[in-house]
Amino acid sequence: MNAAETLLRLDRVACVRGGRLLFEGLDLALGPGEAAIVTGPNGAGKSSLLRLAGGLLSPAAGVVARGDSVALADEGPALDAKLSLGRALGFWAKMDGRDAAAGIAAMGLAPLADVPVRMLSTGQRKRAMLARVISSGAALWLLDEPGNGLDSEGLDRLGAAMAAHRAEGGAILAASHQPLDLAGAKQVALG
Amino acid sequence: MSALILRELRLAATGGSALLPLIFFLLVATLFPFAIGPDTPLLARTGGGALWVAALLAALLPVERLVEPDRTSGFLDQLALRGVSEESIAAAKLAGHWLSFGPPLMLAALPASALMKLPEPMLARLELGLLAGTPGLAALTLLTAALTAGLRGAGALGGLLMLPLAVPILIFGAGMGDPVAGEGAIKLLAAASLFLVAIAPFAAGAAIRAARD
Repeated sequence: MNAAETLLRLDRVACVRGGRLLFEGLDLALGPGEAAIVTGPNGAGKSSLLRLAGGLLSPAAGVVARGDSVALADEGPALDAKLSLGRALGFWAKMDGRDAAAGIAAMGLAPLADVPVRMLSTGQRKRAMLARVISSGAALWLLDEPGNGLDSEGLDRLGAAMAAHRAEGGAILAASHQPLDLAGAKQVALG
Repeated sequence: MSALILRELRLAATGGSALLPLIFFLLVATLFPFAIGPDTPLLARTGGGALWVAALLAALLPVERLVEPDRTSGFLDQLALRGVSEESIAAAKLAGHWLSFGPPLMLAALPASALMKLPEPMLARLELGLLAGTPGLAALTLLTAALTAGLRGAGALGGLLMLPLAVPILIFGAGMGDPVAGEGAIKLLAAASLFLVAIAPFAAGAAIRAARD
């Protein structure tokens, strides 16, 4: 990872969803080790901003530039319900050319590796999505309400994983209602 | 790409719906002679066409399973983030869908043709026709699944969308039974099927992209 590289740059970005302008003129730059927290009321466009940053939506105006590797954890589990958790995460790890073990260990999911995904609770599912992001090796993490459904031990693990990621030169863009353990994060207020 | 095709096959096998098209096909083959009566020449004349209708409807059975679950679970988003193009996803789904219903249907055509009392040369032509025509049916199903993903009543709407487009396959497929015109019918069937297979990944890919907004 090049230290001078900007991992995400939003330049005067506007977002229109369903004919409604959610936000405009948004500037944001994230370099290695940096983080930003997006806040705002429901429907302000926090998830849309994350999808814009990931390239899943195109901006109505402005420019979005990002590095090659992006990982997203949003409300979609994207894990095959009938597979065991270990194999479902392994599918994505294989796609990324990585090993799923790092993420599974970081989120404390090892005892659940043989449990089918459909049997998991909301919090366990959230942990699994975060484990996928951790294993992906992507430089930019996009986290949509990463703390939702996590217990205090899960929140601690999330905080530790985010700190480790930033220490390794990664960047994080998170949308959250609850306070997140992101020291020195930029604040992006929508709406 | 191969991982995606393997996943499609695994989903078809574990979803409990893998046998559904097969059972449906055999069901029609079993019921049809009861409805027509034990008139061997009549059965032999109409049986091929009835099996083609059964194959077409069997192909349409998994239409709600092909794209919509992957869209709602965020699977398609995760693939897009990893730079997998929507066209590759659609092509993998097409290959997976055909592998899970085309060859099994060709096997099921053996007992089905016996139930319909089809003469042997007719069975050979039916098998050849299924080999040429089922990829086209798989392509149509995928196209329909991608276009109707996220809509309510997608199954019923999918039938309405797909059936007119499937008419050429049906006409040329059933037309292969004709000993005189059969030669030309197989070529036209293969051409219609090839056309659908060629456009389906692009059209379905565009539909998946459009559904994201």
